[in-house]
Amino acid sequence: MEFTLLIVAVPLLMFLVLGLAGGKMSHRAAGVAGTLGMAVATALSYAAAFRYFFVEGKVDGVFQKIASFSVEWLRFSDKLHIDLGVLLDPISVMMLVVITTVSLMVHVYSLAYMHGEKGFQRYYALLSLFSFSMLGLVVATNIFQMYIFWELVGVSSYSLIGFYYTKPSAVSASKKAFIVTRFADLGFLVGILLLSYYTGTFDFGQLTGNEASLVLDSTAGLSFMGVSVASWAMALIFMGGAGKSAMFPLHIWLPDAMEGPTPVSALIHAATMVVAGVYLVARLFPVYYFAAPDVLAMVGYIGAFTALFAAVIAITQTDIKRVLAFSTISQIAYMMVALSVSGYGGHDGLGYMASMFHLFTHAFFKALLFLGAGSVIHAVHSNEMGDMGNLRKYMPITHLTFLIACLSIAGIFPFSGFFSKDEILVAALHHDPLLFAVLWAVAGLTAFYMFRLYFAIFWGKKKAYDERHAPHESPLAMSIPLAFLAVLTCVTGFTPFSQFISGDSVPFETHTEMSVVVAGTLVALLGILVARQLYIKGGERPAKIATSLGRLYRATLHKFYLDEVWMFMTKKVVFRYLSDPIAWFDRHIIDGTMDGIGWTTHRLSSSVKVFQNGKVQFYAFVFVVGTFAIAVWALFL
Amino acid sequence: MIPMNHYLVVSTILFFVGIYGFIARKNMLAVLISIELVLNAVEINFSVFNRYLYPERLEGMFFSLFGIAISAAETAVAIAIIINVYRSVQNIDIRHIDKLKG
Repeated sequence: MEFTLLIVAVPLLMFLVLGLAGGKMSHRAAGVAGTLGMAVATALSYAAAFRYFFVEGKVDGVFQKIASFSVEWLRFSDKLHIDLGVLLDPISVMMLVVITTVSLMVHVYSLAYMHGEKGFQRYYALLSLFSFSMLGLVVATNIFQMYIFWELVGVSSYSLIGFYYTKPSAVSASKKAFIVTRFADLGFLVGILLLSYYTGTFDFGQLTGNEASLVLDSTAGLSFMGVSVASWAMALIFMGGAGKSAMFPLHIWLPDAMEGPTPVSALIHAATMVVAGVYLVARLFPVYYFAAPDVLAMVGYIGAFTALFAAVIAITQTDIKRVLAFSTISQIAYMMVALSVSGYGGHDGLGYMASMFHLFTHAFFKALLFLGAGSVIHAVHSNEMGDMGNLRKYMPITHLTFLIACLSIAGIFPFSGFFSKDEILVAALHHDPLLFAVLWAVAGLTAFYMFRLYFAIFWGKKKAYDERHAPHESPLAMSIPLAFLAVLTCVTGFTPFSQFISGDSVPFETHTEMSVVVAGTLVALLGILVARQLYIKGGERPAKIATSLGRLYRATLHKFYLDEVWMFMTKKVVFRYLSDPIAWFDRHIIDGTMDGIGWTTHRLSSSVKVFQNGKVQFYAFVFVVGTFAIAVWALFL
Repeated sequence: MIPMNHYLVVSTILFFVGIYGFIARKNMLAVLISIELVLNAVEINFSVFNRYLYPERLEGMFFSLFGIAISAAETAVAIAIIINVYRSVQNIDIRHIDKLKG
């Protein structure tokens, strides 16, 4: 399986080629080169997945962790060293397939979407860099390698959000995304250091093996402020995951990140990077489950709250990409809850499997939604719902694929979202009825806001488009990825996922619980029906309801003023009481000391320099006097 | 035989005359001559100590010979320098030669 290294290496090579020589290439050459590179990586990933799941991966009915490549990169002590390598296990192989597939679709789509943009080659170079970092992240053999690629992902996301760097809103959005996630990564790093300090290893296999006994033994009896050290470490690591996966209250960067090009939103901010946090928790799942169950429970409550919170905000947003952004936050929170309600082995591990399943299906239908939205934006040159309506006549392919994705995310049989969401609901019901109730309500809200979006874009009142510039179907390079992802959305639900992925890597059987299926489908249908009543004709009813809700509506429209709270926290509290004193200390104490040393030296040398006047005879005189002094001292003292 | 002290008194006088001249004279040629006086005083001391303290050996004498040769070479170099200084500033007053300070 050594060839899996190429999956990571090819995008890196493409980044170097396009980054260094891209400026000399034509747009078409750069785009095709980047796409071909990604196609190679995709083919290799499929080969790796086939070999892993059907040929080499399973030994005695258990999926193995295979390190197909590993080099020692840095050694701290006899025990502690950082390796760089490629780790294959069920979830990393699954992620390889997801990332390369979505990335390839986005590469193809961008050929048309970004056509004629300034910096086209840079765009493709950055896409390759992002794909490289994300692939490196998922195949990390140890937590430190993951951290390295984690930051690389953050950097490439930053530069892609700020792709239109002449637009001030894009620049501030990219800065916001970088700073918020970087702040969260501080917690991640401290967590890594805590964990590795006590266990003496970074390696995932050693940390999670044997029911995380290494972590349990090495931190046994140690606690800080009444909470065990293992819990502290895992909570801090989760903080990093929460930052990347936009969990409340660190979600504020994701809606703004929609300033980037739409295919980038599809790739990074819907399908791949934002699920890195879920992947991180899944990767360390045994440690969470055995060593820090309290943190895992907290993950569940944060996730459930985020899911509800984001779903409520999504209802009122009018920028179609922002609706999708909040829907992403909500769906990722779903995955987090699924992880937290999971047990370890067998059917208890349903939540773990459901979480990965939802990650898998969500990646495709959410990428499809974003690419569909991109196609719409491409046609009407606006992000605002108000500028759209009745587009189903003009854009049949986009309409059909968008509808499929909406049905999928709403959880309607037989689309993929139905299966994964159903598994999550079952897992939640068996673990904690409260979480189930929240998720069930969110499922209804999801159906409602997605179909609000759908009806507002494709139905609604007859809109008078300028005949000469009437919206038209997007070019083939954009419709083919849409169609391909739509097919995936239709079929991926039937994957026997529990045969491949489970908490303890042992395949198990799932069975359908009809009550949950009925409850989930009913609430989804209810959401769709309400959306249809309100939005299919595009009348005044929604506005009236909004007015009658008054303050609640305004608060939701402003995302519950979370951005303002953060601004207050940073500007009025952190800057004033922390940054300003530190700046004063730096300016006056640190700089003052240095300036003082310089000033003293300067004064001292000024007073001495009169001796160096260039008069040879004066030098000789001083020399003679000195000799005399030494002679007298030697003779008489 | 003349006692050793007599020689030493002469060389001491010569030495300090040289030092005084080196510090006090303004003409660079005079300064050069003063340096020669100092060197000569040292050479007298070498010869005298050799002759009176270790009459069976010759190292002191050779040192004197070396010193004479070196001072001749040094004088040649110094005069060359003085000539060049004169060419550039039309003067050999040592008080004007103070541009070499670092």
